[in-house]
Amino acid sequence: MRQIDPDFLALPMRRLADAALQRARDLGAEHADFRLERVRAETLRLSDASLEGSIDADDLGYAVRVVKNGTWGFASGIDLTPEAAVKVAEQAVEVAVISAAVNREPIELAPEPVHSDVTWVSAYDVDPFEVPMRDKVTLLAGWSDGLLRDPRVDHVQASLQQVKEQKFYADTAGTSTTQQRVRLYPELEVMKTADGRFETMRTLAPPVGRGYEYLTGTAWDFPGELARLPELLEEKLRAPSVEAGQYDLVVDPSNLWLTIHESIGHATELDRALGYEAAYAGTSFATFDQLDKLVYGSQVMNVVGDRTTEHGLSTIGYDDEGVATRRFDIVSGGVLTGYQLDRRMARLKGLGASNGCAFADSPGNMPIQRMANVSLLPAPDGPSTEGLISGVERGIYVVGDKSWSIDMQRYNFQFTGQRFYRIENGRLAGQVRDVAYQATTTDFWRSMAAVGGPQTYVLGGAFNCGKGQPGQVAPVSHGCPSALFRNVRILNTLQESGK
Amino acid sequence: MSPQEMIEKALDLSTADDVVVIVDERSSANLRFAGNTLTTNGVGRSAQLTVISVVGRGVGVVSRAAVRPEQLADIVAAADHAAEDAPPSEDARPLVEGTRSADWDLPAEPTSIGVFGAFAPALGDAFARAEAGGRKLYGFAEHIVTTTFVGTSAGARLRHAQPTGRLELNAKSPDMKRSAWTGVATRDFADVDVAALDASLAQRLEWAKNRIDLPAGRYETLLPPTAVADLMIYLYWTAGARDALEGRTVFSKPGGGTRVGETLSPLPIRLYSDPAAPGVACAPAVVAHTSGRQSSVFDNALPLAPTDWIADGTLASLIQTRHSAELTGLPVTPAIDNLIMEGAGDGRSLEEMISSTERGLLLTCLWYIREVDPQSLLLTGLTRDGVYLVENGKVVGEVNNFRFNESPVDLLGRLTEVGAAEQTLPREWNDYFTRTVMPALRVPDFNMSTVSQAN
Repeated sequence: MRQIDPDFLALPMRRLADAALQRARDLGAEHADFRLERVRAETLRLSDASLEGSIDADDLGYAVRVVKNGTWGFASGIDLTPEAAVKVAEQAVEVAVISAAVNREPIELAPEPVHSDVTWVSAYDVDPFEVPMRDKVTLLAGWSDGLLRDPRVDHVQASLQQVKEQKFYADTAGTSTTQQRVRLYPELEVMKTADGRFETMRTLAPPVGRGYEYLTGTAWDFPGELARLPELLEEKLRAPSVEAGQYDLVVDPSNLWLTIHESIGHATELDRALGYEAAYAGTSFATFDQLDKLVYGSQVMNVVGDRTTEHGLSTIGYDDEGVATRRFDIVSGGVLTGYQLDRRMARLKGLGASNGCAFADSPGNMPIQRMANVSLLPAPDGPSTEGLISGVERGIYVVGDKSWSIDMQRYNFQFTGQRFYRIENGRLAGQVRDVAYQATTTDFWRSMAAVGGPQTYVLGGAFNCGKGQPGQVAPVSHGCPSALFRNVRILNTLQESGK
Repeated sequence: MSPQEMIEKALDLSTADDVVVIVDERSSANLRFAGNTLTTNGVGRSAQLTVISVVGRGVGVVSRAAVRPEQLADIVAAADHAAEDAPPSEDARPLVEGTRSADWDLPAEPTSIGVFGAFAPALGDAFARAEAGGRKLYGFAEHIVTTTFVGTSAGARLRHAQPTGRLELNAKSPDMKRSAWTGVATRDFADVDVAALDASLAQRLEWAKNRIDLPAGRYETLLPPTAVADLMIYLYWTAGARDALEGRTVFSKPGGGTRVGETLSPLPIRLYSDPAAPGVACAPAVVAHTSGRQSSVFDNALPLAPTDWIADGTLASLIQTRHSAELTGLPVTPAIDNLIMEGAGDGRSLEEMISSTERGLLLTCLWYIREVDPQSLLLTGLTRDGVYLVENGKVVGEVNNFRFNESPVDLLGRLTEVGAAEQTLPREWNDYFTRTVMPALRVPDFNMSTVSQAN
């Protein structure tokens, strides 16, 4: 198991925390927490096998959050001295005092056991920041070169995003946690122009909470996937345009993860359901009065939130409020049975403890309720993807994500994909193009006729999901099997554009 | 150590052939509220040092936050080493000859929670009025000041302080079924009239008391400036010359080349950027922390000039680096951080456009805009916070929301009226882009693809 980097541990985290928390106490804060954080991010982009741009960046700083007279106060700083930390604590209290004039709802937090001086490190073998940049560029350029040698490919874009996140958290209750996790996202896209049109085809390899070993043979067969891209692209260029209408869909995990993210993940965030995100990303049709009542989907639908999933992007030991993470139910047998919570939301609705979903993306931002790894469970003895396809007379098999959009209450969505195959009499019958599927969330999930078995299950995910004001990004994984949906509306995107 | 001292020291320490050093000092303050009460708030400060070293044609970029003086040598050495180790960059060019800002020696400009000194009480008053009037207010106020210092081994010493303020104000009925939104961009919050904004929202909630259900279809539609801004920003982001040349955007000419010179609209619209434009002024020179499809670190400090992207309805320019300009044979026209659209003459106000509408839809704003087809730039998204039916020159009620599927480029070819341009806050993209001046537009057949149940 990897250890937390010594240079992070060498930062004066406890001295800063002690100084800030004591000052907040002295100024009458009912609660105060301190978070020292370093987020290192490296991005490489290649165009046609040449390095187009790269940046190795970090964000280092700390934050003090207080509750004073029932009002939040937050401030962040960058000077790593106890004196500066005291000033930041004073600023946080000042913000709370000024803000109290416009606060009508006292802040209370759900209780959480004290976790004293605990550490947690994510599961990875090779720290990507210990791999020389030249080696990474050489690997991506080699893959790109191989694709460019194929006459069916005009251009190749390649990118690699890598993040190492290190956090120290301490609060006035006595909890202190030190954590480190790594994630990365490689992506290659090929493109071809022909007959006045162009098409692209992108790798399906998901972003993961793994180290550099992901690129060298662990958990994904990149050479195998890259070898298939030119043929898939060529077939897409030659594919007929889809006939709009109602179809049965078999949705591959490489596409379904995003539908889960938008229509279940965001819809079951309690802060959103209660209106705290109303002016920005919106609310949710899954309102709190419907807990344990709303028929979200069919009886084969079981969804869990889980911040302990190995290699998940949202996975961590303790959240940014010092809450031990866990797995919890969201939809059981098709019925809404749970929400994602932070400590305030849990207390507000009398739900006992938080389930560990507070997260801040940088030392400069305040933690907000963010998504756990929200996953659709497979049927223990469910069929293979081929088995699902064999049960469809006229349908479409959807692979890979592309465009996504959903309304501000998570009803109406429209998604596209990397590739779409016609299903005729239980068999795949070649790609079609210009496809988008459109539905209302509950109609869609209630139309889910079957979910695949564990052998179809893949942990997909988003590297940078946006939420909140000021805007924050969060990484989150979504596992799911392949699944069969009956009678879903398919649009022809050419016709939608009036062509 | 001041930003200027840090830059000079970094330039001295580097052993690379060329060096660009950028310091971004940023301070921010924000208030967020929901249901007539404050929810979160905060103040923050950050400082980022970016060292871009060039060795031969290789580039190394290392960026670090909260740099202490004793760390500087290591950071510069890391950038130099990365440049030595990097493969050649195809956009490599000599650095831009240096100029010096008149205010180079001034310190970074901060903001604080005090920027809301007059605004916060006014917001509190608005909460009280809303409570009494049966409304709930939601929204976000943010003020950021970023001071950027750029020093290069070619002699450039540039400083730019950029204040960016925005207020989003959203009013809802207690049952959350009626909703109205407005937003303003501001440099300092001194010009924000919360009471007037709240009053306009109250008016729209009144309009919404008469609910009219309409099916999906193509409708004559009045797009207000904020909605036009969101669509035109997406068009602008897609207007990279290199992507067009490679055949991968709506601005690619079938068979090769770009569509520069092609008429996009029968109306003489102008879409342009101008770093000195009143009210939406922005950085007057290129600041590029890394190279990409639409930027090049070698172009740092390149002066920006007013640039027409569309002139007289014709595609005039695409976003260019010096490298892409050589590839396309077109002038160097880098991206600029504001966007302005105008029709011919003054144009009518939105109210005048409503009064001359026989039957059509009036939108408030658009949301969750995503690209469906890059070839046509087909975008999808939703209407939000009020779609109103206009009949015989008057708003007669609120209509359900819709999902749209439309291309902003195609829309330009179908416009029938361009209203008066005004400064506006984009709804969806205001996290990234706030400096816009846009007109309202009349589109005879906006494609409302399906009904959205969302309120």
